Amino acid sequence: MADKLIFYFFAAIAVGGAVLTVTRRNAVHSAIFLITSLLATAGVFLQLRAEFLFIVQIILYVGGIMVLFVFVIMLVNLDVSLQQLQFSRQKWVALIVALALAGQVGVMFWSAEKLPGQILPGVTAAAADRLPPNSEAVARSLFSTYLLPFEIASILLLVAMIGAVVMAKKRT
Amino acid sequence: MQPAVQATMEFLKLYWVPLLCGVIIVALLPLIAGYIVLVERKLMADMQVRLGPMRVGPHGLLQPIADALKLLIKEDIIPENSDALVFWLAPVLSVGAALLALAGLAIGPAFQVAQDINIGILFVVGISAMGIFGIVLGGWASNSHYSLMGALRSSAQLVSYETAAGMALVAGLLFAGTLNIKAIVDAQQSAGVWFGLLSPVALFTYLVASIAETNRAPFDLPEAESELVAGYMTEFSGFRWALYFLAEYTNMVVVASVATTLFLGGWLRPFASVHWLDFLDYFPTLLMVLIGVYCLIRVPKQPSRVHQLFMLAVAALCFVVALVLLAPVILPIAHPFKAGILGSFWFLLKVGLYLYLFMWLRFTLPRYRFDQLMRLGWHFLIPLSIINVLLVGIALIAGSYFQLQGWALLLATTPAAVIGLVAAIVLLSVEQKTHSAAAPSAAADFYGG
Amino acid sequence: MLSIEHYLFLGLALFVIGVIGVITRRNVIVVLMSIELILNAVNINLVAFSRLYGDVAGQVFALFIIADAAAEAAVGLGIIIAFFRNRETLLEDEMDLLKW
Repeated sequence: MADKLIFYFFAAIAVGGAVLTVTRRNAVHSAIFLITSLLATAGVFLQLRAEFLFIVQIILYVGGIMVLFVFVIMLVNLDVSLQQLQFSRQKWVALIVALALAGQVGVMFWSAEKLPGQILPGVTAAAADRLPPNSEAVARSLFSTYLLPFEIASILLLVAMIGAVVMAKKRT
Repeated sequence: MQPAVQATMEFLKLYWVPLLCGVIIVALLPLIAGYIVLVERKLMADMQVRLGPMRVGPHGLLQPIADALKLLIKEDIIPENSDALVFWLAPVLSVGAALLALAGLAIGPAFQVAQDINIGILFVVGISAMGIFGIVLGGWASNSHYSLMGALRSSAQLVSYETAAGMALVAGLLFAGTLNIKAIVDAQQSAGVWFGLLSPVALFTYLVASIAETNRAPFDLPEAESELVAGYMTEFSGFRWALYFLAEYTNMVVVASVATTLFLGGWLRPFASVHWLDFLDYFPTLLMVLIGVYCLIRVPKQPSRVHQLFMLAVAALCFVVALVLLAPVILPIAHPFKAGILGSFWFLLKVGLYLYLFMWLRFTLPRYRFDQLMRLGWHFLIPLSIINVLLVGIALIAGSYFQLQGWALLLATTPAAVIGLVAAIVLLSVEQKTHSAAAPSAAADFYGG
Repeated sequence: MLSIEHYLFLGLALFVIGVIGVITRRNVIVVLMSIELILNAVNINLVAFSRLYGDVAGQVFALFIIADAAAEAAVGLGIIIAFFRNRETLLEDEMDLLKW
């Protein structure tokens, strides 16, 4: 019961934040609401017992990516953007298409054949003691089975860093 | 409705102790932060051969309360054309992140608000990283060039030194093997040696990075009065400014606690696992008795009756605390509380020493210019901390190959620390050479483009 | 009792809102932010299935997606800054020439 309440709480904030993100005229307001949506998603991760991912979401996504977004919004701050048209000319078609997509996938989820293990296993206090600590499990998996993707991700981040610096440098 | 109420009651029954601790911390922290400010002002006065605040209350001890009252009744000025939502939100974000980070810290083995989370230290570091938003949004919402520049500079500084602080923590965590705070301190107890001794380079790096993280001198250009008025805090007055201020001092306590937990042994007394040194358990009591006796000696020398009574009260308080610290050591019925009570004393003592170091550096060193600050962070601290992680890793592998444990591990890590020191000197001299050869307009690149 | 569908529908809702943001808004920075929403929705999906099957691989995959999102946001914002320096505009309709 408490699980359900917590889930609905975080889900409501996540969806509400997302809706406000795409509808605000002011880009900084959009960024703030995206931050709340990301924090609510981190809460959903925590509820799914993914503690390491919860804190990684907060450190990287909220504390890194969103700071970058807010910096750039302030650097390219345009006062005239508050008077321009907010949505493109295709907004109604876009809305219809997106809702059709939502309906299609929703119907698919709803009518899918129920696999035997589909109720999320509730973790009692005793069972939780037998689980390995989450960060340890992720770390073991990351450094043994998924070591190659880990190294490729490091190279990807290095390339992105170099690319971003080269592109944002002023041509003197 | 009924199951929801029932679920809430069950939650409260299970978690009422941490919730109570949390409420007490949030209620008491403004008072504690105020008294840390008073200590800082008194220390500053002492180092400048003067007396500091003496007027409000005996020896100026009611100064924080006067300051808090003043800030609360001050007029709340909101700049024209500022964004109301963001202007309201920015100090709230700053202080919220700082207070939430306190939840993950442990003063003693049983005093933790968020108990036994397996991402302990990372939780504290991550949540305190969210305070950057309070700064950036505060500067932007002020609708003023100086505030915006101060905010951008301050957040650039915070982001740069966060990497160095993180790598320094990684070097310490290599010894601990876990992120859980209780397990880290238990690892220091079973190893018998504090991790700060095992990797002094990491402790040094974390010290410098944490000074920059909390915007303290010598890295306090963003709030320097001679440079940018008060930087991002310029347009905030009254209670909003008090919130930023509270956030800054809370952040200081948080970084001091993280460093104490990981590098300085947390709540362990020095030589915690050496049993023939158990007489050190009487040290806290002895210290408080000495302070009480000193206060008693000074009673006749006080100028007025009020001051004399006050000194007597302080002496009495010291003796009461000394008794409380003596009880778990002597009385058998209080033995279970020994780790908690004595541990809290040692923890607070170490945090106090770390904060004293912060304040000492503030009054001694001149301020870094912003480009010097960024250069120090990126060109010196980050390479040093990464090299240190490498060296500590190699030392640990060598240690496990020769099966060194506890104090013997120092045999492996001291060469690593010496090589780290040599690397630091090399980095600094390389930096010196390239910096003196750089064009004088290099500073312009760092001023926000 | 919470079932997997709760999380799937939450992911779907965030995904669709992100898609609407990407194809409807004119401000390219808001478009990038909507892309982050889409990636987030995928992460929720992955972590929910990881919890269902007790396999930590879903969380590792979500970790890689977060790292990837960081890289993409950095490069995308670099492109926007470079473009802004030349054309002084943030609207996608006005970014319509490959070379001028």
